[in-house]
Amino acid sequence: MTSPTTVQNSQVQHTQRKYSPFKEFWKSFKKQKAALLASIFIGLLIVVAFIGPYIAPYDPFEPNYDALLEGPSASHLAGTDEYGRDIFSRLIVGAKISLMVSFSAVFLGLILGTILGLISGYFGGWIDKIIMRSCDVLFSFPDLLLAIAIVALLGPGINNVIIAVMIFSVPSFARLVRGATLNAKENVYVEAAQSMGASHVRVLWKHIFPETMSELIIFVTMRIGTAILAASGLSFLGLGASPEMPEWGVMLSSGRDYLGTSSHVVIMPGIAIFLTVLAFNLIGDGLRDVLDPKIKNN
Amino acid sequence: MWRYIARRIVEMIPILIVISILTFLFIHFIPGDPARLVAGKDATLEDVENVRHEMGLDKPIVTQYVDYMKNLVTGELGTSLTTGLPVIDMFKTRFMPSLQLTFLSMFWATLMGLAIGVFSAINKNKWPDYFGMVTAVSGISIPGFWLGLLLIQLFSVQLGLLPTGGLDGFSSYILPSITLGAGIMSMIARFTRSSMLETLQADYIRTGRAKGLKERSVIVTHALRNSLISVVTVAGLQFGFLLGGSVVVETVFSFPGMGRLLIDSIAFRDYPVIQSALLLFAFEFILVNLVVDVLYTVLNPKIQLDS
Repeated sequence: MTSPTTVQNSQVQHTQRKYSPFKEFWKSFKKQKAALLASIFIGLLIVVAFIGPYIAPYDPFEPNYDALLEGPSASHLAGTDEYGRDIFSRLIVGAKISLMVSFSAVFLGLILGTILGLISGYFGGWIDKIIMRSCDVLFSFPDLLLAIAIVALLGPGINNVIIAVMIFSVPSFARLVRGATLNAKENVYVEAAQSMGASHVRVLWKHIFPETMSELIIFVTMRIGTAILAASGLSFLGLGASPEMPEWGVMLSSGRDYLGTSSHVVIMPGIAIFLTVLAFNLIGDGLRDVLDPKIKNN
Repeated sequence: MWRYIARRIVEMIPILIVISILTFLFIHFIPGDPARLVAGKDATLEDVENVRHEMGLDKPIVTQYVDYMKNLVTGELGTSLTTGLPVIDMFKTRFMPSLQLTFLSMFWATLMGLAIGVFSAINKNKWPDYFGMVTAVSGISIPGFWLGLLLIQLFSVQLGLLPTGGLDGFSSYILPSITLGAGIMSMIARFTRSSMLETLQADYIRTGRAKGLKERSVIVTHALRNSLISVVTVAGLQFGFLLGGSVVVETVFSFPGMGRLLIDSIAFRDYPVIQSALLLFAFEFILVNLVVDVLYTVLNPKIQLDS
């Protein structure tokens, strides 16, 4: 016969098994309607970025001199550009470029910045001073100007834009992670792990890094929006993607000569950039409301 | 407080030195031979060597840096490779319009940002709040170059009210400053809202209301005044955003400022101009951050008491 205590224990275990941080996060996150909608939009955009070339109604590179600068219609949903290319198809294919540039730049900045921030906060002393002073130097150039300076050095091109956006992201990540590390390393379990002989790498990876995760997730989301703006801005200035590429900033830049007569050439890529950045910012806001301990406690 | 300001100035010196080294090394970081790049693809070996000598690139690197610093101190920034004019003379005509544009953008962005932020906070979770915050998040997300082009299309091309670009009197500043200030306005609005919401919870606000103060006096004299300290800091720190944004906005509006000069110089590989423009931007940014720090110290009684 099962005793009442055993039943209670099994219930407790059952409840414990059912608890998952992800479920708790999802319960709070789905209440953030704007962020949820934005996440669906970005999800769809990522799918479009992958399957873009297969679903684009027209060849995004093929000129059509019989359909120059046509306005939006049933056959060309977003109209055509100065070479008669279908803008909707170019936007679909361009989604991959914009997302790839911003994701890779932020991801590389995240890796480098996190490593530097963890080392700086955990070890302190002269390593901390060197890393933080180097960040101060990078901080003394406004983000976009630093990116422009780097592209001016390396030359225009999409890969150099990734490097430039990555470099201006590194100090922000490093400073953020350093702050979180300084807090986390005061925890008793970190001391316990150290006294049990855990290596520095293990303490940093297993005990300190997870503590920085929530702040990092929020920041990465916001940063992707900034990266899209910076990358398309550099392309607009003629420092990024080459003119024939269906990159959104390039499309906007080449269309500005036709602003007076065919404004859709400028409006369509602008909407694409705006909605994507807006979506990332809304997700970032939603994540902050859910994950930031200060806001959560309020 | 004075000790704090003095310490901040002293802390600035090493950063300035490192920045001067970085901008000095800029020309050396360029992949390939800088003398060959400046002389051009078709230049003979002799021409390249002449350019190298003229630019002082044949001297030891430390000597080059010392010469560079000496020149900087005396305001000798070299000669533009495209116009042949002294770089300092080019800056003289470009610097003021850019500075005026930046300050005008900052001015309206701060005023509007404060107004939207306060209005949203006192109408929390009502339609004016939603409207204010949608405007703010849109302002942060909108690409400056796109907003600029849309404004040109509406106000210049369709309505014919304002010039499409260039610099011809005050009207030339209106559209570029709206474009440049939109992002900052949004940030200030968001920050003012959260700062006001926090302040409105404070005990002294409840006391003010309890003793029968008018709501307007509670909001303006007590809540806004206390929120202003942190808002000023955020606004000041966003100045760098304006400096970066000015490059794009000046290009959109063909505005003859420093940002446009930088982009044109990059297009023509005019390295002496690029080098000095970057140094000037960085110096301006550091100086503004220092001013903001000092302003924060002056405004915040807590810091004054601590020091």
